[in-house]
Amino acid sequence: MSEAVEVTRVVDRAHRESWPTVLASVVRLTRDLDLAEDCTQDAFVQALRTWPDGIPDNPGGWLTTVARRLALDRLRRETNLRRKLPLLVEEPGEVEQPTDPLRLVFTCCHPALARESQVALTLRLICGLTTREVAAVLLIGEATAAARITRAKKKIAAAGIPYRIPADHELPARLDVVLTVVHLVYTAGHVAAGPELTRTDLTGRAIELARMLERLMPDEPEPQALLGLLLMTEARGDARLSADGELVLLADQDRTRWNARLLAEGVSRATTALQRGHGRFALQAAVAGLHVIAPSWEKTDWRQVVRMYDAMMVSWPTPIVALNRAAARSLVPHADLSAVLAELDALSNEPALASYAYLPATRADVLTRLGRPDEAADAYRQAIELTGNETERRFLTTRLRNLGQALGPADRST
Amino acid sequence: MAQYMFLLYDSEEWYDNLTADEWQQAMKLHGAFSEAVEKAGARILGGEALERSTTASTVRQREGADPLVTDGPFIETKEALGGYYVVEARDLDQALELAKLCPSGNVEVRPVMDTSEGAGPQA
Repeated sequence: MSEAVEVTRVVDRAHRESWPTVLASVVRLTRDLDLAEDCTQDAFVQALRTWPDGIPDNPGGWLTTVARRLALDRLRRETNLRRKLPLLVEEPGEVEQPTDPLRLVFTCCHPALARESQVALTLRLICGLTTREVAAVLLIGEATAAARITRAKKKIAAAGIPYRIPADHELPARLDVVLTVVHLVYTAGHVAAGPELTRTDLTGRAIELARMLERLMPDEPEPQALLGLLLMTEARGDARLSADGELVLLADQDRTRWNARLLAEGVSRATTALQRGHGRFALQAAVAGLHVIAPSWEKTDWRQVVRMYDAMMVSWPTPIVALNRAAARSLVPHADLSAVLAELDALSNEPALASYAYLPATRADVLTRLGRPDEAADAYRQAIELTGNETERRFLTTRLRNLGQALGPADRST
Repeated sequence: MAQYMFLLYDSEEWYDNLTADEWQQAMKLHGAFSEAVEKAGARILGGEALERSTTASTVRQREGADPLVTDGPFIETKEALGGYYVVEARDLDQALELAKLCPSGNVEVRPVMDTSEGAGPQA
């Protein structure tokens, strides 16, 4: 490997691993998100320029020091230095603050920000994505993504949203939003929009954040449950793609390809969490756990899976949960498929599911098993039109072909 | 410290059927709110109750013409602005905690703009 390639590789890794730590440290110093972002970016640019002369022993520390120095220099030059000085509550020498990224997470996920802004801002600030990448991950236009991020940053500054981890008594109320956003970041990486099926930078960052939350709140079951859920999902990552790059559903996965170490850790987290509570992440982790411990798809304890979704419907009755519950019900031995189909049809009126490919895909599967191939084909065509992922699209197209049906108008447009 | 305006929105029907006892009770709740703010280390810089929105007049600026005076509030909604507080608080978290204690159906919390020299609206 040439030296230039080696340096690029080290900088790339530092970007993945250290971006939120560096950024958060500068935010703590300046209380200015835009300034902190600029200086963090500039520090990485300096790294690309100077690391060919020698890569520092501690890249993250080097980047933090440089970014903070840049920020202080810029503040000194600016006319508003005097207004900002009282906010600089600490000495520039004090660098090590392991909770910095978490503070930033709680700032991005503040309940006074709109949910859609929370996710966009987290992807931008904590995951270090560009606005263009944020837009691609969230399936929105670049202008919309930019507007959401700008508006959120402005509100943080103007409304005085604090940069801190909430006090113990505030944590439970604030935790749910943070867990949801971390889960969304993982999901965004797990089924990425575009050519690749997964974006490991996003899934990796989500797991890192879940670990941080779990360390922050060892007594709370839900962070543990989320971590367990993500680890079990992550463990199946390699088995989701066949040798020729096609999507393999959980039902057809080679279970020997699952990562045993991640699975064991995930199951253990989920078990502990379930002993302590039945929040929605604990229940979701329970579903993932039931899949993991089953010897095969057919031998999965579907009744127990349905029971978990029943419990979720009580505390968290969203259309997505209802859809998952219906899908699980269709798999219980001797299931009443007509009743499940009626349930799925009722869900078709849910605006939240209007563009969700999984609903027509599930309908297609049930219709196939009911021996109604024409309707199944229509449903597959609908799902193909809705999915934003190339690998998923190929998978659904294969299913459609297996029905012996032509692709039809929906596929011709792509 | 930052300043926040608490805009208190309530149904006006309540006022229309108010007994003297209920009025006293409401005043007591506002007294308790003021105490809670002080206790939290924040400060009330000002605040008033407002007459109901049917007593309002609106002055509408018009381009190329004299301002127009009309009867009633600018926007018709079910709930009307019934009073306000200006509170000095540590940050938005504290302001929101205090707003939760405020005896009103809906409280809009708006940061007061810093208009001192060198400051201005956030770009």
